[in-house]
Amino acid sequence: MLRYVLRRLGFLVLTLILTSMIIFAMTQLLPGDTARVILGREAGEGALEALREELGLNDPLPLQYGNWLIHFFTGDWGVSFSTRSAILPLLMGRLRNSLMLTVVILFMSIPFAILLGLSAGLREGKLLDNLISVGSLSVVGLPEFVSGLVLIQIFAFGLGWFPANSSIRIGSSFLEALPMLILPALTATLVLLAYVARLTRAGVIEELKQPYVRTADLKGLPRRTVILKHVLRNALTPTITVIAISFGWMISGLIVVENVFNYPGLGRMLLFAIERRDLPLLQGVTMLTVVGFALANLAADLIYATLTPRIRLS
Amino acid sequence: MTERNHHPLLEIKDLDVAYRIRGSVRRVLRGVSLRVESGSILGVVGESGSGKTTLALAILRYLPKEGFIQAGEIWFDEHPIHALPLEQMRTIWGKEIAFVPQDPSSSLNPSIKIGEQVAEMLHLHPDDARARVIQLFKTVQLADPEHVANSYPHQLSGGMQQRVLIAMALNLKPKLLVLDEPTSNLDTTTQAAVLKLICDLIRDRGMAAIYVTHNLRLVRQVCDRVAILYAGELLEEGPTQQIFDQPNHPYTRGLLDSIPRLGENKSHMRLRSLEGRIPLSGEPTLGCNYRSRCHLSIEICEQHPALFELSGSRVSRCHRWDEIDRGEIDNRKSSAESIPILRTSKKRLPILGIEDIRVDFPLQRTFEEFIGRKQPRKVQAVGGVKFEILKGQTLGLVGESGSGKTTLARVIVGLQDTAGGTMRFLSSALPSRLNGRSMETLRQLQMVFQNTDEALNPYQTVEEILRRPLQRMLGKNRTAAKRDVLFLLDSVQLSAEYAKRLPSQLSGGERQRVAIARAFASHPTLLIADEPVSSLDASVQAAVLNLLNDMQEKDGTAALFISHDLAVVGYLADVIAVIYRGQLMEVAEAHELFKPPYHPYTEALLSAIPKIEYKNGHAKIQLKGEIPSPLEKLEGCPFHTRCPHRLGEICDQEQPPWRTLASGKRYFCHIDEDGLQKLSQDNYFRDYAELKE
Repeated sequence: MLRYVLRRLGFLVLTLILTSMIIFAMTQLLPGDTARVILGREAGEGALEALREELGLNDPLPLQYGNWLIHFFTGDWGVSFSTRSAILPLLMGRLRNSLMLTVVILFMSIPFAILLGLSAGLREGKLLDNLISVGSLSVVGLPEFVSGLVLIQIFAFGLGWFPANSSIRIGSSFLEALPMLILPALTATLVLLAYVARLTRAGVIEELKQPYVRTADLKGLPRRTVILKHVLRNALTPTITVIAISFGWMISGLIVVENVFNYPGLGRMLLFAIERRDLPLLQGVTMLTVVGFALANLAADLIYATLTPRIRLS
Repeated sequence: MTERNHHPLLEIKDLDVAYRIRGSVRRVLRGVSLRVESGSILGVVGESGSGKTTLALAILRYLPKEGFIQAGEIWFDEHPIHALPLEQMRTIWGKEIAFVPQDPSSSLNPSIKIGEQVAEMLHLHPDDARARVIQLFKTVQLADPEHVANSYPHQLSGGMQQRVLIAMALNLKPKLLVLDEPTSNLDTTTQAAVLKLICDLIRDRGMAAIYVTHNLRLVRQVCDRVAILYAGELLEEGPTQQIFDQPNHPYTRGLLDSIPRLGENKSHMRLRSLEGRIPLSGEPTLGCNYRSRCHLSIEICEQHPALFELSGSRVSRCHRWDEIDRGEIDNRKSSAESIPILRTSKKRLPILGIEDIRVDFPLQRTFEEFIGRKQPRKVQAVGGVKFEILKGQTLGLVGESGSGKTTLARVIVGLQDTAGGTMRFLSSALPSRLNGRSMETLRQLQMVFQNTDEALNPYQTVEEILRRPLQRMLGKNRTAAKRDVLFLLDSVQLSAEYAKRLPSQLSGGERQRVAIARAFASHPTLLIADEPVSSLDASVQAAVLNLLNDMQEKDGTAALFISHDLAVVGYLADVIAVIYRGQLMEVAEAHELFKPPYHPYTEALLSAIPKIEYKNGHAKIQLKGEIPSPLEKLEGCPFHTRCPHRLGEICDQEQPPWRTLASGKRYFCHIDEDGLQKLSQDNYFRDYAELKE
């Protein structure tokens, strides 16, 4: 197992190095002169040259990349062009918000999705299965800005249970933020629900066909025990892996949801950076995203290995 | 079947089971009536498609979703199984009727520890349950029960997994065991040990059992009564010994005759094969289901036969049972088929010679080894094998799983790298790598694989499959190749209409015929056949073995025939090599191998094969333990850990010498000829040359 973990960690480092190169290269390929962007259109050639020298823009590319990476690891992620503030603390605040939202999404969607998937899988081809499939698919087909607006209409303007605007204050505690998190989390849940439920359903149907289920039944175990102890354990392995992977998406991929609800998470920051052509900020968000995805993948691999004795013990 | 006052433990009355398949209803069991008394074992024999597994599942009320009991009754110990609500079956499963499945590895939950999987049936305090499990594991003779209980299924061998499943079945002391081919995935020597265990336990505890299998040899050794199923119907039923000695139904006779006797050889006679194929289950038939394959079929057979009662509590579903019973007609096919095949060529050229072939499989390095930059450790799969095959000769290679026989086949056809040794093919060196071989060499060296499902491209028609070697290796143009495809099909007794079919539209036997036709398309000099018949039913096996033999005879093709079944190898081979843990133990002419003195391993193999001619009880030689893992490096003789005749330290430490006897038999053992002669317990040789009336 130790070997397995180390191998995975090795892959993680490799992935990060590779993606950091891509991110670095991309910013190099973008048109425009960084010095001119900073100093503005009226700056003289001398000032531009001095700034280029100062920023190291005249160094050979590998050296620039090395410097950039060292700064990145020492926590100096630079200053945003548009807000003129240090990027790292800015992003850490946004990361915290995104994590809070993720936790709420997970608690809302996973138990429900697994329950739906299990109920559908146990009644394959029957009415309930079809209802769940059709229902969850029709929900997942809705774009988030539509389902988000519908939810706002119902729960904010209609019933008045939750606020329509989720622009929480910087540094507000989880409990303070919680009411504002419900509607965006619900919107994301609708996307995740169908996916996780279908995966669970497929896992349950697949496992039910395995001869060990017959063995468990013919041992005379109660059906409950057969399903919960024997079937579900094996059926959930792929589901849990996918949930771990989608963690990365929840942290930084909720661009539409965060915008609909004005929620200050990483997704909105990404959009903001793109709109303002704020390169250092874009680099920072992207790197953070990549790290998030890579860690989520690592977690998925490790969970999978832990749940599968054949891998864990070899 | 008329007395009502006596109730057997299990009684099945006129059972019809059907499947709903896409709206239509297909009956797969028709009017099956059977009874099983306490303390007895009933064998249910049938080929694939006979409905035997459906019968086993119906008794358990565990039919697949599409299946249902259409008519009839199943009574078990006063319980009307056919009418019980499913929830009530859970009080019967495990406690009253238990099940031992066919595929031990997938029948255990891969992510729960073995001990827990057995203990969860007991409603006991964990400590008490644990003690019971350990006790139970001792009963089924699992070495180191504590360790087994703490293992996951994938950490155990197939034989151990099957013992665990037997322990599970016995756990709650049921009255009836339903055994579904419980040993068919195990090696010969393991099979013998597991079977003996099951039988001893059944007898000791006075349980009854239904033993579902296609293996007639095992039925003869184990069962009190036997029922023959064919296309969902009972064709014959009665006491085992009577049915095996005097089968009434022509199908039973045909099945029994199609199995090669131990020591019977192609030079004695052709195998009597059953022609044609089993009707698909659920195909409605009017007359006798077997009539299209039966050599005795007459006009009356157009009508559906009833089950006729014979003397000695037997039944037979044949209109002509009376004539057969009185000996007026012979249910044995006595066609020109039993003409012996004569092998003529005296002077034989060597075709293939392999010398000191070794194959290693590298292991993944451990972390310490990786850090220490050590070379990866290796497992020896084949260790210094040497043999020669002459023109037209068939060399049979026998070994249990993991013995390296398939690896060796892959080496010869160029799919496996060697760690040493040389090969010669037709007087020139044979490169071990496939891309070092010429097209001409490829043409002359062909292979037939074991798995008929996977060896043919599922998207190509039979014609495309057969045309390719003709065009590529013989350089024929498309038109000529197309014509030759028809000749090829004819030579494997398939009609021209098969050319347009896809492999999925063929039965297992037909697919293997196509595979054989493909291999012979390029007129090879040497054919490598890796277990070509072991996935086929007994009646089909005989036909395919005859076919292989005919094709070889016609072209003078030499063959390396690989199998775990000593009876099949003994029939087809001229020379037999026995392999164990990657090393040859013995090489002898086919008939000499069955005569003493025996190499200790060969003798164990011979003794583990149940006889079909008579009930010989259980294998006299029970090997202890299982084949040691290939990871274990053994000094000395590879067989010393299990050898019943181990001399002492010399066997553990020194490589035994190769000894040659006057008969030409060569064997690898520290014990000399006189010693082995004294130790050989039985004589497995029967002179079939004299027996072939």
